[in-house]
Formats: sequence, C-alpha cells, structure tokens
Amino acid sequence: MSNAPVDHGRRRFLTAATTVVGAAGAVAVAVPFITSWNPSEKAKNAGAPVEVNIGKAEPGQLVRVEWRGQPVWVVRRTPEMLKSLDGLADKLRDPNSDEPQQPEYAKNIHRSRKQEFFVAVGICTHLGCSPQFLDKTFGEYVEGTESGFFCPCHGSTFDIAGRVFQGVPAPYNLVVPPHYFINDDVILIGEDGEQA
Amino acid sequence: MKKLIAWFDERIPLTKTWNIHLAQYPAPKNFNFWYIFGVLATLVLVNQIVTGVWLTMNYVPTAEGAFASVEYIMRDVDWGWLIRYMHSTGASAFFLVVYLPMFRGMMYGSYQKPRELLWIFGMLIFLVLMAEAFMGYLLPWGQMSYWGAQVIISLFGAIPYIGDDLTLWIRGDYVISGATLNRFFALHVIALPLVLVILVFLHIIALHEVGSNNPEGISIKKPKGSVPDAEKPKFEFHERFTKKYDIVDAIPFYPYYIVKDLVGIGIFLAFFCYVLFFAPAMGGFFLEPPNFEAANPLKTPAHIAPVWYFTPFYAILRAVPDKLFGVILMFAAIVFLFLLPWLDRCKVRSIRYRSSIHKVNLAVFTISFVVLGYLGVKPATEIYTLFARIFTFLYFAFFILLWFYSKHEKTKPVPERITK
Repeated sequence: MSNAPVDHGRRRFLTAATTVVGAAGAVAVAVPFITSWNPSEKAKNAGAPVEVNIGKAEPGQLVRVEWRGQPVWVVRRTPEMLKSLDGLADKLRDPNSDEPQQPEYAKNIHRSRKQEFFVAVGICTHLGCSPQFLDKTFGEYVEGTESGFFCPCHGSTFDIAGRVFQGVPAPYNLVVPPHYFINDDVILIGEDGEQA
Repeated sequence: MKKLIAWFDERIPLTKTWNIHLAQYPAPKNFNFWYIFGVLATLVLVNQIVTGVWLTMNYVPTAEGAFASVEYIMRDVDWGWLIRYMHSTGASAFFLVVYLPMFRGMMYGSYQKPRELLWIFGMLIFLVLMAEAFMGYLLPWGQMSYWGAQVIISLFGAIPYIGDDLTLWIRGDYVISGATLNRFFALHVIALPLVLVILVFLHIIALHEVGSNNPEGISIKKPKGSVPDAEKPKFEFHERFTKKYDIVDAIPFYPYYIVKDLVGIGIFLAFFCYVLFFAPAMGGFFLEPPNFEAANPLKTPAHIAPVWYFTPFYAILRAVPDKLFGVILMFAAIVFLFLLPWLDRCKVRSIRYRSSIHKVNLAVFTISFVVLGYLGVKPATEIYTLFARIFTFLYFAFFILLWFYSKHEKTKPVPERITK
C-alpha cells in the first residue's frame, strides 16, 4: 500500500468525467424507451389513404368513411346549404380559415376543392368527440342556417363548411384532411394529389 | 419465541422498527373521526393490489379481447364478478379516503410547517392515483373508457407547438387503439402501482418523522426538560422521540389507535360491502352505463362525463371557453393545492382558533368543490356553464384570499397544551 499524497485535482477530474459519461449513457438509453412509444410501422401502414366513391351520394347526404381510425365525412351539399355560408361570417371564430386546419386548396369560404363536396375529419376540435350532422334542424342551435354540425359533448357548433361558431368551447374549425378527386366519382383521402 | 425474535433482531431491526413505528410511537391523544383515513387508505390499497392481481389472471389487454374478457370475468369465472366489483368499488373508495384527509389537512392546518413535505407526498399520491384511475378506466374498453380517454388525452393537444406530436406519442397511434390499451395496461398494473407504493412509504416515513398534527393544531413536542414528570403521559415512548423533546398528551399508536381503527375499519367495510353487493355501479357514478357497451371509435356517446372523482376538475375545464386556458386552469386547480403550505402564511394551524374569515373562506371552498363535482356530471348547458364559472372563480378565490389575509390574521389564543 503506497502512501502517495492524494492528487485532488486528478480525483475531481475523474469523478466529473465518470459522472458525465454515466449521464450521457443514461440519456442514450432513454432514447429507445421514449421512441418506442411512437406509432409502430404497422400503425403507420394502417394510416394509408382510403378511396371514397361518391357517385351515388344524394344531395344533402353525408358519407362516413374511416381513415386512420378516424371518422371522415364527405357531405354532398345542396345549393341552399352553400348559400347559407354567406351570411354567417360575423358569428364565426375563424370565417376565413386563417388557422392551418385545412390544406391550402381548401382555404376558401366553402372549405373544399369542389363547392359541392365537403370533406372533413368528423372529430370536434375541442376534445375529440364526433359531432352530429344536422341537415335540417341545426336552426335550433344557431339562427340563420338550417344545417351544420353540433357536438353533443360540450355543445360546440360548426356550420356546413365545418367553421366553428363563436362562444363555444371548440377553438378551431373542423380539420379538412388532405384529399383529391381521382375522377368525378372517387375521392382519395390522405393524399394531396399532384395539383396540391 | 423470544429466542427466535432475538435471532432476527441481531440480523434486521425487527423489534426496533415495531417500537419506533407502532408500540412506542407517540400519537396525539385527541384524534377524532378524521384520523381514520390513513388506515382505510392502506386497506383499500391492499384491496386494489390483491384484486388487481387476480383480475390480470383473466383479463386480455388487447382491443379485440378486452371487452369480452371483462364480460368473461363477470359471467364465467368463479367469483369473478365479486373480484371485479371489489376492484371498481375500491377505486371510488380510494378517492373518498384520499379526498377526506386532504380536507382534514385543510381544516387543521396539517400542511403547515414542518409538515410541508408530508403534504406534498400526499398530493403526489393523489396525482398518481388520478393517473392510475384514468388508465384503469380505459382497460374494460367500453364506450366511456374509449371516449373518456379520448377527451383526456386530447387535453395535451392544447399545448402549443408540441401538442399534436405529444398526443400521437401518448396514444402510439393516430387514434386511441390497441397500442394505447396495451401501454395503459402496463402502466396501470406495474409502473404506477410501484410508484404509488413508494410514495405511500415516503408519506409514512415523513409522517413519523414530524409526527401527526391533531384537531387542536398544537404540538405535542415540548422543549426537553420543560415538562415536570408528573405531567408526562404514563407510557414509554421510543428514545428517538424523547431524546430531543418532552412528549405530552400522547398515547402509543399500538395498541390504542389500532383498536380504535379496527372499529373504523368495521364501519367502513359495512358501507363498502353495501355498495359492493347492492349498488356496484352506484347509479352510474362508479361504473357509467355507456361502459357496458364495447368501444366504438365512430360513435360518440351523447354525453361524456368522467367518473365522479374527476368531475370537479372537469367542470373547471369546461367552464373556460378557451381550450388551452381551460387546460391550464384545470391543472392550476391541483397546483394550488400543492402550494397550500406556502399560500397559508398564518402561524395558527387549526380552524378552531382561526378567524371567521378563514372559516367562511374554507366553507365556500368546500361548497365550490362539491358543486363543481355535481356540475361536472351534468351536460354543459348555458345555465350550468354559468354556475361552473362562478364556482371556478370561488375555488381559486380561496387560495388568493388565503394568501392575503393569512399574514395578519386575527386568531384566537391557542392553548399551550391539548389538555392538562
């Protein structure tokens, strides 16, 4: 056993170096554990785009499909429904769709590629419930229009273009998912297509 | 027998631990009804762990199998219905025996110095319990399991910038799915119970370090040598407690309070069994009707309400028209409780000796909490929302007002001793 004097500087350096290396190792080990919570490859595959055939949809009808496990609506709007969009601007939270809740091509008053067909994720932007489509009785909740969406959970209301009204808990308009028309009868939901 | 104990005592501190924490642990002699809940919470914790272990033996944690396996437990497993109802009733009972001592702490100022950390550990237990209950409620994979989880998880989506990625990370999928169910199962049966047990241990260690408060809010520790022997209790307390202080007005926890607690346990079990056998769903408050239907991602129940123990906070969330601010306020409602030891600047602990303004303030707070709890199960109509806003305001006003008046509060004179 040697009795050489203790080199405090050296001891401090070694302690600090061990701590740093150990901490770095702990952080590195945490990465796979945290990342493993992300959606798996299988879940990502299940999120692939879906086709909707709208050739047989009646005017005023809502077609419901599942995309990434979420309900997606395609509404074939009647001319009256489209007309009702005009007079609502001052009752809406975001009438011009300034919030990024839709692709660029749906940033217009009817919030869609074609006026007639409205595509939206049927999940309320407040807390994720699925609003009800009221094609004739919406006037009970909001004056000035007869059609819209009403969320039964916390009473949020949206017009027939998914724009949220003021004074309800939902902060944003309904989400318009990426979509495009493969032809006049088929919409692909989940991709923007080339003309994006 | 003596030899056997001696054999152990040489190897682990058996008798010493028994004496320090039970047989020679000094507890104030004036405990009342409000001091039963520590024992009851321990009892319920054991119930949850034992019934939980038994439930996992037949439960299938997958989106395809979960709902059916719960039905299987209810119908085909011998006594499965009893074990499941013990677990679900136990969950509600757990919140009851955690909320009530929190209220006791507020009445008797038990969070004040030197018991701040004890209070914090208790609050952490409450927080972990909420996470535990929330994740457990997803497991039966009923409609309310699914949509309740949907609502709570999307709360995190309100956080700016990282919100959407965070909810995706929590769910492990673009919606709540089997991936979410599996991870919640793992957290519910392993991770959080471990954390909970560790916190309970720390809570008890902290309690036995500083000693229990009591309804008078007067310390039973007096400076060493200040109390004549004639006035000391005729019990032997462990030298760990008597070394630095003279202990007055105390009795050993064992056997005296153990015997008292046994009576309390008996009464508690009578109520518990009544619910268990005659009203396990408690009219939809413990188990909600939509949860007897399997989860369906495409169909939202007409009215989503959390289980009763979350409703006060849920009512606060809904009272705010702005999503992010609503979430912030809901969490603030809990954070303020954490901060209570520092918001209350009064030196007098018990409500018995505090000012009328404090009594009124605490009463208003209690009423607000109960009313918010009621509003949380009701649909958000205009009039209910208005009430929710008023009582949310009153809830927070308690803490703000407390901070202002407690510094120079007009208190009554506090006696030196609990009794002579």
